[in-house]
Amino acid sequence: MTPAILYAITGIGLFVLGVHALTRRAHLLNKIIALNIMGSGIFLVFGALAYRTPNGVSDPVPHAMVITGIVVAISATAVALTLMLRLQSKTGAAELPEQSPE
Amino acid sequence: MEAMIQPLGLALDGLLALTLLWLAWRVLASADLFKSIVFFIAFGLVMALIWVRLGAPDVALAEAAIGAGLTGALFLAALSRLRQGEEGMANGTHLRRANGLRFGAQAALIGLLIALFLALGFALLSLQNEAPGLSREVADMLPASGVSNPVTAVLLNFRAYDTLLEMGVLLLAVIAAWSLSAAPKEAVDAPGPVLGGFVRLLLPPMILVSSYLLWVGAYAPGGAFQAGAVLAAAAVLLLLSGRSPRASGWLGWPLRVILSLGLAVFIAIGLALTFAGRLFLDYPPDEAGNIILVIEVVATVSIGATLAALFAGGRPQQDKRE
Repeated sequence: MTPAILYAITGIGLFVLGVHALTRRAHLLNKIIALNIMGSGIFLVFGALAYRTPNGVSDPVPHAMVITGIVVAISATAVALTLMLRLQSKTGAAELPEQSPE
Repeated sequence: MEAMIQPLGLALDGLLALTLLWLAWRVLASADLFKSIVFFIAFGLVMALIWVRLGAPDVALAEAAIGAGLTGALFLAALSRLRQGEEGMANGTHLRRANGLRFGAQAALIGLLIALFLALGFALLSLQNEAPGLSREVADMLPASGVSNPVTAVLLNFRAYDTLLEMGVLLLAVIAAWSLSAAPKEAVDAPGPVLGGFVRLLLPPMILVSSYLLWVGAYAPGGAFQAGAVLAAAAVLLLLSGRSPRASGWLGWPLRVILSLGLAVFIAIGLALTFAGRLFLDYPPDEAGNIILVIEVVATVSIGATLAALFAGGRPQQDKRE
């Protein structure tokens, strides 16, 4: 097993763990953290696959795209956190109601 | 010698991968939100180590500064505001639901996730073990890009559209956060002598490090995003120590100009190039180095201000009375 494959499989593991927490945790902050873990997993798969070059020097294009991705991820996280705080100030809880009120 | 190093390296890789998965599990399974966030920061730092192992020091810098540091700071700030909001409520109307899934549904979810893992893993293993990707094309065009760090060349020359749109995303995020709420008027206590003095000592080196990262990005790991993140960290420290420029009029139009300057200069340069008869963002090879430097300088300042504004968590409120 090469390091590239090892880390790519780790990335898939992170993604799946993140999906699990995203569906099971009720608190929105937990959900936002889970989304970040999923994103890290995807970046890791992408970056690990860039390491498969024959000469040992990684492909720089995925690296640049992952850096872009990290910055976009923090922007989305910031907006999500603001939305969560807004929801809390409106409804009193930072969790989604189990059923929509009738 | 090579034969000795190979298995040792693989053992280290395995250890790092296991640590990362364990930390992710601790992040996601902790009942306490604060613990979760602290584990998330540790997760980001291990992730940065893995990026170094994967030959991506540029990504490692960005991950440590933005992924672990600033995202962690955002989470901690949001958590403290959540707690303040809960205290405001009469008795914390918790909707804590006792894990609503029945056993069957739980088993189905786990089964589905295992199937997803196996399917993605199978797809991965069916890939070729060696793939040069676009590294050869980048190496061929590198002399015409104006810089010698291939990642900076891709970010600001070959795929400059990505970075342009990313600056747009950052600006949109600030606009969204500002429309949703005003920055909380936190009664920041006067900082203790330790924090105050520490910030005073730390700020000049941080600005120096930021400038260094910006400059060195042309030929070594570094660049506008990493430099901007360090600037943002300096601004976050300032905000935490209660030295925000609240009353000084800085938060009116000057802040808005700084926030949008990166995107504006980027677009202006692109348009100027189209008027000069080239394609949008198609730099002439002789001037590419200078153009990239100009874009990176304004982008660094804008990125730093944007990330700090996102940390502040809403549109600034100016005290007119002061």
